[in-house]
Amino acid sequence: MSLLEVRGLSTSFFTPAGEIRAVSGVSFSLEEGETIGVVGESGSGKSVTAYSIMQILTHPGRITGGSVKYRGEELVGCPEKTIASIRGNKISMIFQDSMTSLNPVYTVGNQLEEAILLHTDREKSQARARAVEMLRLVGINEPDKRVRQYPHELSGGMRQRVMIAMALACEPDILIADEPTTALDVTIQAQILELMKELQQRLGLAIILITHDLGVVAGMCDKIVVMYAGRIIERGSAEDIFYEPRHEYTKGLLRSIPSIENEKERLIPITGAPVDMLMLPSGCAFSPRCDQAMKICLSELPEEMSMGDNHNAACWLNVRDMAGKAAV
Amino acid sequence: MAERSIESMAEGAGGGLLRVEELKKEFHISAGFLKSRVLRAVDGVSFRIDAGETVGLVGESGCGKTTVGRVLLHLYPPTGGRIVFDGKEIGTKDSIRDMRRKASIVFQDPYSSLNPRMTVEDIIAEPLDVFGLAGTKQGRAARVRELLDAVELPHEHAGRYIHEFSGGQRQRIGIARALAVNPRFIVCDEPVSALDVSIQAQIINMFEDLQAEFGLTYLFIAHDLSVVKHISNRIMVMYLGKVVETASAGELYSSPAHPYTKSLLSAVPIVDPRLERARTRIVLEGDVPSPIDLPGGCNFRTRCRYATQRCGEESPALVPVGEGHEAACWNIS
Repeated sequence: MSLLEVRGLSTSFFTPAGEIRAVSGVSFSLEEGETIGVVGESGSGKSVTAYSIMQILTHPGRITGGSVKYRGEELVGCPEKTIASIRGNKISMIFQDSMTSLNPVYTVGNQLEEAILLHTDREKSQARARAVEMLRLVGINEPDKRVRQYPHELSGGMRQRVMIAMALACEPDILIADEPTTALDVTIQAQILELMKELQQRLGLAIILITHDLGVVAGMCDKIVVMYAGRIIERGSAEDIFYEPRHEYTKGLLRSIPSIENEKERLIPITGAPVDMLMLPSGCAFSPRCDQAMKICLSELPEEMSMGDNHNAACWLNVRDMAGKAAV
Repeated sequence: MAERSIESMAEGAGGGLLRVEELKKEFHISAGFLKSRVLRAVDGVSFRIDAGETVGLVGESGCGKTTVGRVLLHLYPPTGGRIVFDGKEIGTKDSIRDMRRKASIVFQDPYSSLNPRMTVEDIIAEPLDVFGLAGTKQGRAARVRELLDAVELPHEHAGRYIHEFSGGQRQRIGIARALAVNPRFIVCDEPVSALDVSIQAQIINMFEDLQAEFGLTYLFIAHDLSVVKHISNRIMVMYLGKVVETASAGELYSSPAHPYTKSLLSAVPIVDPRLERARTRIVLEGDVPSPIDLPGGCNFRTRCRYATQRCGEESPALVPVGEGHEAACWNIS
């Protein structure tokens, strides 16, 4: 049994302009101590997937189908009491923007204590000690002093550490990190990523790392899923995704980013604009931007197909190539 | 591409589209009743940019890179130092106006830098109106169409409003506006950081094409080191208001001299899992100090593992460490 099992998860936002299928039929599983990277551009559905797992969607968003199982226990459609006992307790989440995620009128200590009192059996007197301990764990210097400070008195990197401390205060099994370093400078990003790796080893955490930065997942993740327009279009190990991409979108992304390692040559951009979620094409959502698109791509949605050990891609070109090989 | 050091800069008006000497910008920040504190955003920066080259300016948030770009165009008046653009010292009202006909800027945020109540045509033509270059109504419309062509947007877009466009399209409109006066020099202030990865490459290529077509010179400000490396001939690294290292793009990445540059480069994630796992990262301790409360001496010393007593006493100047390569560090000599 997997630690977390997501099957056919679909989430829509019912807006006056129409239904936006932010996530459609997303499936993946997460094992103990593993890091899975979810990569995609804005609007690809990566954050909504996380919000759906945590069930913190706001109106007009709603899970429309599928299942999310934590240690075999179904979370979709379960009573609020069940999810409340898991959310923040077993599965915790950190967000991109630590300034808006922390409450500006309470001290860091207050907020940590609140999380500790809510989710553990600790007495109030023990909560402060635990808060200090957590701040020390995430590498904040002078934790006794910091607990009495307000979020605005801390730097961005420090606030993100506080968010991590809060998420880990109840010893969860799973940490969902939604763009945890996007708002940070590179040197601070390096600190936070190192911290996450270290804590993972020490506490045996499983991490779902959501990011648009391919460089960040390259070094952090065992498994990577690539999302486009609400669907997983490719999944595999870091090596599969970076060295043997089998979906035109993944290939395009890798071609379009300038690398510090490569010598200067012209970038090859993905043409066109990001997909309009209100007017999804009927076939493959990437087909309007794909320079290899065939007739079938415009009319029929490709299924995920196995490209080797745990490497899947949803692209008709692979079907054509295989059919071509079979014919020869 | 020409690589010249600061020394040759002193040689006079002979070369360089833009020369900056000891540029300073201080902001006064209220710190209670009748009290104010000084924020040294740019603290004595000197450089030159030659016609046709792209100079990258990198650094972390709060290092003063955006302020440098804005002070260059006198969007903020400098507190000290000289700016010489196209052989003329910039300072008087006329000189500033004259410069702004030849130099423009593209901003980071394509959402807040374009007026939502104006049509695309009016946005792009605004610089023409300001300088009285628009001519007749037909002439103005024709020029706008030319500019839309230059940024590869269809002519029909001229009558639309900004909310109808995606981030990438908005940035194209921002670029068209910057091109309107037919400038020689453009400050590109983080022009791709707000865009999705797949759109960034389109805009970067466009900057390169426009440079070739119109003979533009860029100051390209960004925090993304791989983007800067890709587009720049020469790069300056800033830390807390000062330039700490400057070199050609290749040299800076292959042999960085300043400890800050080294750690900055080592912090950039590489898009290659094997390389990324194999390398050792120099992770800097602590945060960037506040520019209101500079540490004194070398500003980097609070995070530098090689800091000595001298670093706390005196601020190091840029010294040559190689061909067209300078760094400001007491431990280099």
